[in-house]
Amino acid sequence: MSSSINDHFFSIDSILATQERLPCKVELPIFRLGYLDSATDGNDLLPGTKLEMPFWMAQSLCSRRRHIISIELPKQYRGSYREILDADANVVDLHKMGPYYYAFGTQLLRFDHADGSDIAKSLLMTFQMRFRKIMDSSRNSFNEDTCSLTNKLDETERSLFKAGQKELNDFQRWETRETEKLMTSKMVRNHRKRKRAALEEIS
Amino acid sequence: MLAEKALELIRELQRSKDGSLPPYNEDGVRQVLEEMRALFEQNQKDVSATVEGEKGLFSGVQLRHAALERNKRCLLAYLYNRLEEIRKMRWEFGSVLPGEVKYNMCEQEVQWFGKYNKMLATYMRSIGGVGGLDLTQDMKPPKTLYIEVRCLADHGEFETQDGNIIVLKKNSQHFLLRSECEHLIRQGVLEHMVH
Repeated sequence: MSSSINDHFFSIDSILATQERLPCKVELPIFRLGYLDSATDGNDLLPGTKLEMPFWMAQSLCSRRRHIISIELPKQYRGSYREILDADANVVDLHKMGPYYYAFGTQLLRFDHADGSDIAKSLLMTFQMRFRKIMDSSRNSFNEDTCSLTNKLDETERSLFKAGQKELNDFQRWETRETEKLMTSKMVRNHRKRKRAALEEIS
Repeated sequence: MLAEKALELIRELQRSKDGSLPPYNEDGVRQVLEEMRALFEQNQKDVSATVEGEKGLFSGVQLRHAALERNKRCLLAYLYNRLEEIRKMRWEFGSVLPGEVKYNMCEQEVQWFGKYNKMLATYMRSIGGVGGLDLTQDMKPPKTLYIEVRCLADHGEFETQDGNIIVLKKNSQHFLLRSECEHLIRQGVLEHMVH
């Protein structure tokens, strides 16, 4: 499985997912960091200030032990959006709702938010409802343009789709007895293509 | 916002996920390190102020610490993912990298590649009895000893194991030992002909 589902320290996808922003409210004064809020000229962040923070920053300031800030849910995880997903998750454009909808959603559960369990349920249900369609389309579109199938998928779903496509292609190649043929390695081939493109640009 | 430069490095990696190595962003790395130094010094100042009795500085220290950790994670991930890519190249390109690829690596990465190469060679010599075992060979299970190949490019003279010299000229076809020409196929010099 592609690494984007893994959540390890060096994972690029995990880093990008924890970069998503969420609205926060400052509860305790934070001195000499006023420049984080572009709306004020003050030197300090005072209690009551509202601003958007990336998840990694909010996480360190809001936990069971510390309440330097309080967080609000981003709108795509709030009740009204959950209802939309409840109605029919298949038609929703999850990529637009944050390319890392599932990954960021599961990260949000780390805050002890009152809606936590509802979000968890909604994420799971959304995934279940959409999975069937993803699996079906990824394993039945051979040599087709898949853009229209994948542009509404979030990054986790895209990697699933890719896995399905790879499996389909591998199986087809096995059936046509192409697997025994030795091929030029992929990196070499891509490198050639790029080199050729660069040469054409010069001339 | 803090840690913005570090994020740029990560985005750079994400854009080139198709297997090309982007040039080592020395400038970006330096800027991240500078930001980290500034954050660290500010934190030191606040900590010593707290020791002297000033109150309420903790939140700021905590926030900067989070930014430091974040920068660290991004930097390490940048280096690590590049190394992974370079390691993969050893298996795809072979022990000698094309000049353009090498040009995109920083000096330490070139050194690392050399060391990895050496370690792999030592290991392959140490296994499989006398003469060692070439692990980069037979990536797919071999079905025949000899295979038919066609040249895709002029490669020059090639000496086979039994001492014959053949000329690999573009579009010429040969019947060669699979173990001898597998590397050339992977490098795109020869094409495997299957009927």
